[in-house]
Amino acid sequence: MLSNLIAGLRALFRRNRRNDEIASELDSFFQASIDDKLRRGLSREQALCAARAEIGSAETVRLKVWSAGWEATAESLLQDLRFAVRQLRKNPGFAATAILVLTLGMGAAVAIFSFVDAALIRPLPYAQPSRLAIVYESNSLGPHFHLSYFDFLDYQQRNTVFTSLEAFGHYGFMLTTPDGPQPVHGTSVTAGFFRTLGVTPVLGRDFRANDDQAAAPYVVLISYAAWQRRFGGRNDVLGKTVTLDGKVTSIIGVLPPSFHFAPAEPSEFWGTERPDGGCEKVRGCHNLIGLARLRSGVGFAAAVADMERIGVQLAQQYPNDDHGRGATMDPLVDAVFGNIRPILLMLLCGAALLLLIAAVNVSSLLLVRTERRRREMAVRGALGASRSRLVCQFLTEGVALAGFAAVLGLGVAFAVIRLVLGLIPKDILDTMPYLRTSGLNTHAFAFTGLVALIAALIFSLLPALRVSHADLRDGLQEGSRGASGTVWRRFGSNLVIAELAMAMILLVGAGLLGKSFYRLLHVDTGLNADGLATLDVAGTIKSGAAPQWISFERRLHAELTALPGVRSVAIASEAPLGDGDGSSNFVIVGRPPVDHNEVIIRDVAASYFSTIQARLVRGRYFADDEDQSRQRVVVVNRQLAKVFFPGEDPIGKQIFMEGDPKTAMLIVGIVDNIQEGQPDAAPQGAMYRPRNQNPDDPRDGFTVLLRTGQSEDSILGAAASALHTADPTLAVFNPGTMMEKLYDSPSAALHRASAWLVGSFAALALLLSVVGLYGVIAYSVSQRTREIGVRMALGAQRSTVYRMILREAGGLAVAGIVLGLAGSLAAATLLGKLLFQVRAWDVTTLAAVSVVLALAALVASFLPARRAASVDPTEALHAE
Amino acid sequence: MPDDLVQGTLEMLVLKTLALQPMHGYGIALRLEQVSHGVFRINPGSLLPALSRLERAGRIKAEWRATENNRRACYYQLTSRGRKAFEEERAQWDRQISAIARILEA
Repeated sequence: MLSNLIAGLRALFRRNRRNDEIASELDSFFQASIDDKLRRGLSREQALCAARAEIGSAETVRLKVWSAGWEATAESLLQDLRFAVRQLRKNPGFAATAILVLTLGMGAAVAIFSFVDAALIRPLPYAQPSRLAIVYESNSLGPHFHLSYFDFLDYQQRNTVFTSLEAFGHYGFMLTTPDGPQPVHGTSVTAGFFRTLGVTPVLGRDFRANDDQAAAPYVVLISYAAWQRRFGGRNDVLGKTVTLDGKVTSIIGVLPPSFHFAPAEPSEFWGTERPDGGCEKVRGCHNLIGLARLRSGVGFAAAVADMERIGVQLAQQYPNDDHGRGATMDPLVDAVFGNIRPILLMLLCGAALLLLIAAVNVSSLLLVRTERRRREMAVRGALGASRSRLVCQFLTEGVALAGFAAVLGLGVAFAVIRLVLGLIPKDILDTMPYLRTSGLNTHAFAFTGLVALIAALIFSLLPALRVSHADLRDGLQEGSRGASGTVWRRFGSNLVIAELAMAMILLVGAGLLGKSFYRLLHVDTGLNADGLATLDVAGTIKSGAAPQWISFERRLHAELTALPGVRSVAIASEAPLGDGDGSSNFVIVGRPPVDHNEVIIRDVAASYFSTIQARLVRGRYFADDEDQSRQRVVVVNRQLAKVFFPGEDPIGKQIFMEGDPKTAMLIVGIVDNIQEGQPDAAPQGAMYRPRNQNPDDPRDGFTVLLRTGQSEDSILGAAASALHTADPTLAVFNPGTMMEKLYDSPSAALHRASAWLVGSFAALALLLSVVGLYGVIAYSVSQRTREIGVRMALGAQRSTVYRMILREAGGLAVAGIVLGLAGSLAAATLLGKLLFQVRAWDVTTLAAVSVVLALAALVASFLPARRAASVDPTEALHAE
Repeated sequence: MPDDLVQGTLEMLVLKTLALQPMHGYGIALRLEQVSHGVFRINPGSLLPALSRLERAGRIKAEWRATENNRRACYYQLTSRGRKAFEEERAQWDRQISAIARILEA
């Protein structure tokens, strides 16, 4: 088998040597034959003659020997291929257009496929990932909130549906480095976390059952990337210690390179979730998410039911903490891919449409070319080429075309993948670790091969079908016009209508996504993001009690305000446009507690509202001297006022946090809604309490907001060093601007990436369909030259000819647009979920796209129309 | 060579001929002609492709050597795989021939 292959290849690549071999073999046969005949007594001449007669034509023998091996078939294919390439090169315009169009179409499709593959096809790197689920607690704000440690323990012990239930909290750690404390990405997990996932470290060991108990020494697993980056990939990392959150912690293992866990990414350090944390001792303090593996044989619905049962028990048992709360569950795959799946599917549909348009375009180019090659085919047929030989020729041409496009398309796909990954900000990409595995792998190659195969089939069968036997005879007749031209025109017109319709769908999609993206960036955030910089700060050592904390923040405030370029400064527990987390229940004094009374809580400095330039609806903000010695006050947002005080004035009313009825707060003002969560989140009730009445340990971290008239970046560096000077133990991180928060927020980034992609698909589709329309009209004009000549000879005006051609093009364009409108409405309805403040039936988008398409069609048909109008009647009639 | 000598049969006959001793192409043709009393006259147009196929299949080995007349010729030699193939083909041939004979005599 192998030797046969090698011998065949050798024969192919050293043809001369193989031919020499055959020749000398034949020669020795010849000589032996002569010798034999001489021995039998024939004369030399007679012997020579007889031997020649015996052997016959040396060339025939050579060909027969040559065709004994498989290489002969391969060679004829190669010959066809060479001919095909020559054909393509002879017609560089056609070849370049067809290959370019296909390359772009295939490149886009392969690139999007590789993302789809990474996110939706390749399984997550865990054992039986479909049996894993994420467990949340629901509250009045929604279904996806954290569990408290005690609730988690109860769920863990009481459930009957999981083989294991573990918990994780993704908050990061403060790593002690020689340059001071540095925040690092990290997650705390309970000991069985990795066993539940079915992941084992590549180096060292997993957590043992007791590693997460209060008495156990601190241990940590590190990610493969952290091992490479921070420890140079050395094996002696095991047993080394790092100081995380001030605790000396031993590294016990390294996770596999393929491991990622999107709900807690990015994470370099995986520490233990222990019962001795501050939050872990309070049932009302929610900081964990559950990870569960379903017992075999237990359905998802049954598991949810069991969790809900326990949730009801807990709400009855601990009404103070768990009133109105319950358990919810999502399959892990949904938790990981839930928000990106519809986007990817939409992009895949877009890429498929683009590829389809490209294929239609190339098919129509091929058909035009087939019409031109009818004579060539007819001549070859007349000279004895069998039909299968002619079809084979088309086949190789199709394969050559698709093959070139596939190779180039892979290059384009590579570029597109890099481009898309570049479009997504790094922070957000870190939370979608699976996307980094997208690239040109075996799946992508297989997909490319499949697409190329289908394309090759279409491109070879289409012309082959068009060249039937009857046509071959027609083709020989000089200047035959026959029915073929009209048939093609009709077929080509239908293709163009389909193309225009698909381009319309893509354009509408791009228009809607673009508009949605614009709306997202220009959403009313309730603050002035321009010129607002933010810094996250956290203390790393214990620093006294509440009075010290307040004076410490006042000191920071003063020093930052003194910086040049800084107009005002505010300290807050959290900056707006974050994750929208951090909520609590409240009660209105004099009314019974109600369900769904959870609102966002922010503790902010008195300068907060003026610094972010919030809008006061009514009442007043609080002042810096309203501290714990004075009447407790609070500012609520408009949403809270609307939901909890419908039809009445909240100002002057008193409220208190659930479980703390003694500290009632007086509502002194209503502020317009400030967007605390993602820009596309619905408005939520929120209250703003004076930081000086609700002081916080610097170790819990806070955000500094700086308002400046100059560029935000210029003051961020100065602010960071001022903070360091004020207190060297402070960790300062995440310097950024509010504009960045708005533009690079996860939802904006996803919107932007999809708007860009669909936009470029649509632009390409528009170009392709316009070129296709041009091709059809130009072909039609070239076919009708004689007719136009006759018309003009009979007195038709140029303007009439113009109108005639434009009417033909206009008919196609209108048909395409109408069909496209219907398709767009269907597509846009599917898109609905991804849109923000834009309806699927957005009339302006639909109208604008129709106009753009109509204009483009007009331009495309104008050139052939002009050519038609400039036909010289005498020449047109002579030419025939 | 008669047209009805099927491809596989010629290859079997060549293998049989080479089973005795290594031979060059003309020697094989001559021997087949002699043994068949002139019934099979194999021309190089059939023999050389057959030899090429057999060589590709690893059933024979080719080697250039001097002939008794001091010319150079390609000598073919049976390989062990070729010997085995010949035994199998021969057994099958015998079975088919006797079956055909039985049918004709019935």
